[in-house]
Amino acid sequence: MASNGIKDKVAIVGMACTAFGEHFDKSASDLLVEAATGALDSAGIEKSDVDAYWLGTMFSGYAGVTLSEALKTDYKPVTRVENMCATGSDSMRNAAYAVASGAFDLVMATGVEKLKDSGYSGLVIPSPPSDGTESSMSAPAMFSLLAPAYCEKYGVDEKKMKDVLSRIAWKNHVAGSKNPKAQFRKKVAMETIQNSPSIAGMFGIFDCSGVADGAAAAILCRAEDAYKYTDKPIFLKAMAIAAGPNEGFINQDYDFTTFQEVEKSCQDAYSQAGVTNPRDEISMAEVHDCFTATELVLMEDMGFSERGKGWIDCEEGRFDGDGPQPVNPDGGLKSFGHPIGASGLRMMYEMWLQFRGEAGERQIDSPKLGLTHNLGGQPGRCVSFVSIVGNELG
Amino acid sequence: MKLPGITSYGSYVPYNRLTRKAMGGGRGERAVASFDEDATSMAVEAARDGNLENVDTLIFATTNPPYAEKMNAAAIAAGLSLSNSVRSMEMATSSRAGLSGLLLAADTAAAGRKSLICAADVIIGAPSGAREKSGGDAAVAFVMGSDEEALATVLGQASATTELLDVWRLPSDAFAKQWEERFGAIVLGPVCVDVAKRALADAGVEPSALTTVILDASNKRNIGAVPAALGLQKEQIADMLEANVGRTGAAHAGLVLARTLDTAKPGDKILVMSAGDGCDALVLSVTDKITSQRPKRSVDEWIASARNDLPYNTFLKWREILPFEPPRRPDFDRPAAPSAQRNQHWKYGFYGSRCSECKTGYLPPQEVCLTCGAVAQMEEEAFSNTACKIKTFTLDYLAYTLQPPVVSIVADFDGGGRFTCEMADVDPKAVKIGDQLEMTFRRLYTGQGIHNYFWKARPQR
Repeated sequence: MASNGIKDKVAIVGMACTAFGEHFDKSASDLLVEAATGALDSAGIEKSDVDAYWLGTMFSGYAGVTLSEALKTDYKPVTRVENMCATGSDSMRNAAYAVASGAFDLVMATGVEKLKDSGYSGLVIPSPPSDGTESSMSAPAMFSLLAPAYCEKYGVDEKKMKDVLSRIAWKNHVAGSKNPKAQFRKKVAMETIQNSPSIAGMFGIFDCSGVADGAAAAILCRAEDAYKYTDKPIFLKAMAIAAGPNEGFINQDYDFTTFQEVEKSCQDAYSQAGVTNPRDEISMAEVHDCFTATELVLMEDMGFSERGKGWIDCEEGRFDGDGPQPVNPDGGLKSFGHPIGASGLRMMYEMWLQFRGEAGERQIDSPKLGLTHNLGGQPGRCVSFVSIVGNELG
Repeated sequence: MKLPGITSYGSYVPYNRLTRKAMGGGRGERAVASFDEDATSMAVEAARDGNLENVDTLIFATTNPPYAEKMNAAAIAAGLSLSNSVRSMEMATSSRAGLSGLLLAADTAAAGRKSLICAADVIIGAPSGAREKSGGDAAVAFVMGSDEEALATVLGQASATTELLDVWRLPSDAFAKQWEERFGAIVLGPVCVDVAKRALADAGVEPSALTTVILDASNKRNIGAVPAALGLQKEQIADMLEANVGRTGAAHAGLVLARTLDTAKPGDKILVMSAGDGCDALVLSVTDKITSQRPKRSVDEWIASARNDLPYNTFLKWREILPFEPPRRPDFDRPAAPSAQRNQHWKYGFYGSRCSECKTGYLPPQEVCLTCGAVAQMEEEAFSNTACKIKTFTLDYLAYTLQPPVVSIVADFDGGGRFTCEMADVDPKAVKIGDQLEMTFRRLYTGQGIHNYFWKARPQR
């Protein structure tokens, strides 16, 4: 019994991502077609070359027909995947495992979400019929539990914490200002971030990622076939998912300063990829910065920072676009917003651009390994996805 | 035939007060049920403080039933985790129903049953009217059983029914109306005096022997002739809590009776009366069990635990009188009947579970133990009276509530068990990690015409 992974067995040979934002003029179907045809073009293939499809969407459509209808995929298999905010990543993971199994030669993983049609503020997640006893906390409120718990555990005062969180938002907006596909493409002054209206706990509006529409797609094949399609493929080194037992809400030992699911999924992924020192070995990461405090805690759970020291690394600029270990060089959820089914693939799209030297003014100098991290749920109760990719085999 | 007597009781006055000044003038304040309370939830709160052992009958009285059709008492029985074999009934449409229910409970006690009578009301008057100003919200509960365990024995009772138009409301009306007050006083005055005399005769008690006389009426003039007719002294007449609670409809005679019992001495004789479409009266004699069978909280303690800065427009929103801009968030989903029914012990009784293998406690109840992995080895455990404290909390400005922000907490229970819920009756600025809390039964919201009852935590009152 082991998590063996599929290191170097599968490559990504084509990718596309729509601009993320308020696409009031586009449907989920329109966005999917744009991303899917973009990915086909990127790999230089035809729709008929693709053997099977995966569609990640949380609630912008149901079943594989959401994609097959949009793209007219000619009775090919389409699997619809849902894993909360990690949906896009899990679409890709399942597509990759299908290729690794030998079942298919060439597949497409897609993800889409159309959130802006709801007419509500913030994210609205439909839930199954229930007894009405669940917590009614909004997403910002759930994640806002991290900040005071972190402050208390590591003796960081609240003002300092606010500075650190604001700097994370500031950093990701700086990155987003350099990305033509981001929803928010302006730098935001620290002062504006710090004085933004309260949403929950220590979070102001600028501590929260936005709500957006968007889609992304990837073409995957066996590693040995990769160079048939592109001279600059990227190779999957590891993919891991951990789903938690809701420890945070039923176990008094959980203290809201960590995501155990992230820790577990990282352990698995590092083991698959042979990474022993993530702080030094991971050149860059796209992480799930749904809220500023999430990114801080992730740095520690992923082993980029020592426990209780992540705030110092954040403050010193370690994770800046031009820092020693860039995190969210594309601007992250903070700049892109979070079309749920698409976000995981959007993160991979930045890896695709960076490893191919196509990231423009965001380009990171000769990255070795990149990591994407996607989180679905809330502190104490979530699924966590981690992938590690590189552009060299071995 | 056994003699009936009150064996236990409890009261509840909600936390919020609205000053009459805020309502446009006048002195004092009225008690206001929070936006997440109604007659059913407050009835549960009042009865929780009583000893409900062996209760086999539940009577619920209110003029403001949360459901016009569907038994509200069933939700109360579930909230109190009463036995499935309990008999239940509801009395409504007159503010006299509370005392009528107590009289009925006395009769059923005489027949050998043990009855819980809950009376609760949320009094809504037309804005700026006398009823809005003089009304109040509260609940009270009495267990009526045999005199062997009674803290107050029933010595006598009397009733009268009078057809007259005094206070009335059509089912389609939001607010009750009242006939010119002199009329009620002239018609009901002699009726009340007659009922008082008959009750005292039934009890064999002279007016001068009464320690306390409780004179409740839909219009206080209606019962105003009683003191002079009986030759009562001022000290015998109970304070009807006009200054700080208001008249709490069907709960009111009982609430003042509970307050009387809070300080009564063995041997005290009490006459409690309630007038409205006639009159009911009950004569009680306090026993020496009064000192050991009082509830945890007295009426005065409930009254003292209050906040009186509620803005008038907030009150009007809570009572659904004032329309307001809805948040840009979806309406509440309705609770699903099968799920609510399956999880009834959890939802209404706040029963979690404890692993019989490793003794870890869980809220909500779990099937598989997180700690030891045992499957289906859980035992039910009530957590509603277990102390808990705040592990962490947040103020949620995005979640919809009639009193923003939502204070959401992670609560750790003594002896194990953790639960995340909303806080009620709390000043957001005063919440701190480590605060000791207690649980309270609430109506969280009404989704698509279905009331969603469940528990919240509140600061200790």
